[in-house]
Amino acid sequence: MTQNNPRKRKPGAGRKPNPVPTKAIRLPLPLVNQLLDLKNQGKLDMGAIIPSRTLSSVPLPFFESRVQAGFPSPADDFSEGTLDLNAYLIKHKAATFFVRVTGDSMTGVGIFPGDILIVDRSLPHHSGKIVIAVLNGEMTVKRLKQEGDKILLCPENDKYAPLSVSEDEDFSIWGVVTNVIHPFS
Amino acid sequence: MNSVFALVDCNAFFVSCEKVFQPALEGKPVIVLSSNDGCAIARSNEAKALGIKMGDPLFKIQEIVKKNHVKVFSSNFSFYGDMSSRVMETLKQFSPSLEIYSIDEAFLNLRSLPENELFSHGCRIKEIVKLWTGIPVSIGIGPTKTLAKVANHLAKKQSLGCCVLLKQNDIEAALRNFSLQDVWGIGSQWSKKLSYLGLTTALDLAQADSSWIRKTFNVILARTALELKGISCLSLEETLQPKKSLISSRSFGKPVTSVEVLRQALSYHASSLAQKLRQQKSTTSLVSIFIRTSPFHRHEPYYMNSCAIPLLFPSHDTTLLIKAVTSGLEKIFKEGALYKKAGVMALQLLPEDQVIPSLFQDKEGLIRRKLLFQTFDKLNDRFGRGSLVFASEGFRKTWRSKASLKSASFTQDWEQLPRVR
Repeated sequence: MTQNNPRKRKPGAGRKPNPVPTKAIRLPLPLVNQLLDLKNQGKLDMGAIIPSRTLSSVPLPFFESRVQAGFPSPADDFSEGTLDLNAYLIKHKAATFFVRVTGDSMTGVGIFPGDILIVDRSLPHHSGKIVIAVLNGEMTVKRLKQEGDKILLCPENDKYAPLSVSEDEDFSIWGVVTNVIHPFS
Repeated sequence: MNSVFALVDCNAFFVSCEKVFQPALEGKPVIVLSSNDGCAIARSNEAKALGIKMGDPLFKIQEIVKKNHVKVFSSNFSFYGDMSSRVMETLKQFSPSLEIYSIDEAFLNLRSLPENELFSHGCRIKEIVKLWTGIPVSIGIGPTKTLAKVANHLAKKQSLGCCVLLKQNDIEAALRNFSLQDVWGIGSQWSKKLSYLGLTTALDLAQADSSWIRKTFNVILARTALELKGISCLSLEETLQPKKSLISSRSFGKPVTSVEVLRQALSYHASSLAQKLRQQKSTTSLVSIFIRTSPFHRHEPYYMNSCAIPLLFPSHDTTLLIKAVTSGLEKIFKEGALYKKAGVMALQLLPEDQVIPSLFQDKEGLIRRKLLFQTFDKLNDRFGRGSLVFASEGFRKTWRSKASLKSASFTQDWEQLPRVR
């Protein structure tokens, strides 16, 4: 009955003990990969001293908090990300559209034919804003001016005169222009 | 606390999308056609007023279109899809729980709001969606999804475009004049059967004994009756269930007779299914194909055939799917028929991570192919779909559907942005 005791520990089973004592340390993620790469390339023998030359190209992430002795800041686990142009230029993704400029009526504020405008429909349109307006079924970019009851669509080019919107005209504001994308070709 | 549902439904959605970037269409009769320029599937109010019905084939309304200068568009589904996601994104700020019911409808949970603020909240949602996306919507609010649908029907007829049905006498008054056929989930067949039994309005069904309905009809209709009573049986389905099967099919622009062109069309569908499978991290182990001639040509014999081809192991590898449809086509192709439509279905879908690798699969090859298709998909993401294709899909796509009246992809192509002066 004792020959096959199921509770008896099999020799060699379970996790192997480490040959030397070990200690967990906190490392920035890119450095971990770098270390593993070195190890895989056979350049790093665990326990050996890392030669300073091989580490000369370690990219260091930018950290917010200063290094302090004692308790490590939890923020160090989150390095600052890269800069995202979309996040910078677009505040309301669902309401933001791009349109292409065809005319030269706004060259005075740096909007040229062929440029792309970033238009946010969710923003309120005060007097003075550059807007996309719909006048009699056509989309146009102009500076909006409201004086009392009067609505003016002002070009930024001396070649053109301001358009005064009369009551019987089909008029609405389509969106507010937030930025212009102008390539220097 | 009782539940409160709002159904947000975009008005004449496809037409509204076209109008956002073509403001000159405002106030004009406009229709959008189904794929292959078949039937009217969206109509502006002005087009409805001319008597154009939902699903009218273009050839039947050609006269009205010409006489009244109706603006006709081929459907541009990828553009409508983008506008739809903008509407849904805008709605998310009003309620964290949202069920996208279709491309132009969503249910919101508004339980946390006091009853007397629901109407003004609904009006606010409507205003903001219109401001942000340019799309007009109607809003119906009720204690159950079915009643929210009823309220939405009524909202479409009101100038404010928002209708709340929460008080018992409001609900009864609304249901008394509401035809059973228009109730969510009741088709014309059921409403006919119900009318034989003396039930003609939604109120009749709401007041009927639900256990009797369950015995005479089925549990689904009994549930609809309960929902009309104001007892919520259908909850919000916020998480999208992964699809059980996928289909890709298209009518041909003009009839196809050659086996080579059919093979190209089926290869195209197989490739697009494989891409969809990879996208949803799923695999298929059974591919089914069909080809058919037009059922409307009386002087030509009708031919339709299909076959299913099992794969050796679950996969989303384009080449395996193309091989399968090619071998299937050889079995069902008949010489001399004028083919009008072909399609491919992927069945027995299984999530990628539940696939048990077969003993006979080449492991290393599998990894290489995975990398190959990751690159393949990345290239097509970056340079647009169809930039990299399999040669068996052909290059000329002579079978392509008619879409001669398609407007620009205003939000998806730098070259097709709306123009402003």
